[in-house]
Amino acid sequence: MTLLHTEASAPVTADPIIVVKGVDKTYGSGFQALKPIDLSIRRGEIFALLGPNGAGKTTLISIICGIVNPGNGSITVDGHDVVRDFRATRSRIGLVPQELTTDAFETVWNTASFSRGLFGLPPKPAHIEQVLRDLSLWDKRDNKILTLSGGMKRRVMIAKALAHEPNVLFLDEPTAGVDVALRRDMWNLVRRLRDSGVTIILTTHYIEEAEDMADRVGVINKGELILVEQTATLMHKLGKKELTLQLHDPLAAIPPSLSAHALALSADGSELTYTYDTQAEHTGITALLGDLAAAGIRFRDISTRQNTLEEIFVDLVRSR
Amino acid sequence: MNWYAIRAIYNFEMARTRRTLMQSIASPVLSTSLYFVVFGSAIGSRITSVEGVSYGAFIIPGLIMLSLLMQSVSNASFGIYFPKFTGTIYEIHSAPVSFVEIIAGYVGAAATKSVIVGVIILATARLFVDYHIAHPLLMAAFLLLTAITFSLFGFIIGIWADNFEKLQVIPMLVITPLTFLGVSFYSIHMLPPLWQKITLLNPVVYLVSGFRWSFYDLADVGVGASLAAITGFLVACLVTIGWIFRTGYKLKS
Ligand SMILES: Nc1ncnc2c1ncn2[C@@H]1O[C@H](COP(=O)(O)OP(=O)(O)O)[C@@H](O)[C@H]1O
Ligand SMILES: [Mg+2]
Repeated sequence: MTLLHTEASAPVTADPIIVVKGVDKTYGSGFQALKPIDLSIRRGEIFALLGPNGAGKTTLISIICGIVNPGNGSITVDGHDVVRDFRATRSRIGLVPQELTTDAFETVWNTASFSRGLFGLPPKPAHIEQVLRDLSLWDKRDNKILTLSGGMKRRVMIAKALAHEPNVLFLDEPTAGVDVALRRDMWNLVRRLRDSGVTIILTTHYIEEAEDMADRVGVINKGELILVEQTATLMHKLGKKELTLQLHDPLAAIPPSLSAHALALSADGSELTYTYDTQAEHTGITALLGDLAAAGIRFRDISTRQNTLEEIFVDLVRSR
Repeated sequence: MNWYAIRAIYNFEMARTRRTLMQSIASPVLSTSLYFVVFGSAIGSRITSVEGVSYGAFIIPGLIMLSLLMQSVSNASFGIYFPKFTGTIYEIHSAPVSFVEIIAGYVGAAATKSVIVGVIILATARLFVDYHIAHPLLMAAFLLLTAITFSLFGFIIGIWADNFEKLQVIPMLVITPLTFLGVSFYSIHMLPPLWQKITLLNPVVYLVSGFRWSFYDLADVGVGASLAAITGFLVACLVTIGWIFRTGYKLKS
């Protein structure tokens, strides 16, 4: 498997909206949370930043949004530098942070209106109303935030991020601790926003989520951006699954009649492992089981296993 | 300049004041009335006048200063500490605002509230004693300048504090003693010569003296010295805040 750093090697995309060049970050504690990162986000895409906890996802987007001071390197949003020209960049960006932090004593309507003002726009009740309706918050507009459930509070945070009509929306772990209904509503909203031209960058540690939603995926681990790929390409590379057969009678070697299958025999000969691609048209399982029966190999038990994200990271890092 | 942001922060803070109206306004009025009863009536019956001004009237400027300092510091420090504490400060950091707008919003609201409290105390005092204001415009200027300066100072404390204890410690251990020792309730001429010299090191003396001068033409130190002291402190606070925002000190990691 060759894992090229595609952003570095591929031709520059026609019209990137965010360009991150050599950005690193060492916190005051001396901990290096990001090694130099190069990344460009295409205008209008849904980009998923995928990585385990502590990988540096929040750090990276916090730097782009202005919440954490950048280390070395430079970032532009729509051609504007995020430090020198922060007013231009921040007014284009909406952020839904990972933590649920709200002004408990404010009403939903007031907190969304506050956000719009803070981002430098004159009041526009019709827009706030639309956002609240889209997020099923309209009935709750006069409720104080502290009276809302956790899921509702997350909706409020999304409403705040959309109050100033941003071109770029960051969603940091949007589905962590979120119920099914909200997840569905959220993805519908994300798709609608994308259709209206908003660029969306989300972070997640669920590979399925990246797979379902994103046009492209960046994988980050221990502060390093390991790869950036079209989602389909990445899933093909990562979507390997293992089928393990516990044999009734140990085998000395894999019989020649089975050589066409990608099989491995355990050292003691009691287990056969078949590796296949979940994304492929044919997984080859039916053929394999047929050939096993023909060869007279009986098995006691059968199990399948998908690589966990952590294992995938280990693979990716090792293969570099 | 992001005017809408200033307005948003200012209105947000004023809404917070309205929600805690009793605490914000009623409690200074009550404590001031108590000061009048205790200091004005009890001591006033023994000290009938200070340099020609009745004792009750003499202590009004000091009482207002006392509340103004405490209110400004506590309003502004709490105003910025709270979003840091709850985490909602993320939104301020991610917004297209510079420290100028943040200060204008938070400090503007804290100073407004202190001035309102000051004016209420002035009105409450009318119930107890008669007084006149010799230089109303300068009185208003002192009121405003002090409210703004100490709100800036409170803002710095709110950023510096990373727990509720630190938030309380400066007002309790510094502001309150300096105010009580800062000629709020007596004239510097009542002190022995050595204490007079030591008292002159207390910055609050300059504030109270200047403010009292604007009422009764009575000053412990020259009114120019008072104005210079408050302006100097204002500049020092602004420089500190500029540095905080440039470096991200205790604000951003
Ligand atoms: N303010 C901070 N000071 C020191 N270390 C931090 C700070 N914030 C995050 N870190 C560390 O940086 C690493 C990356 O954190 P983060 O960006 O939050 O990861 P992710 O969002 O991918 O889970 C973690 O090891 C975390 O402990
Ligand atoms: Mg995170």
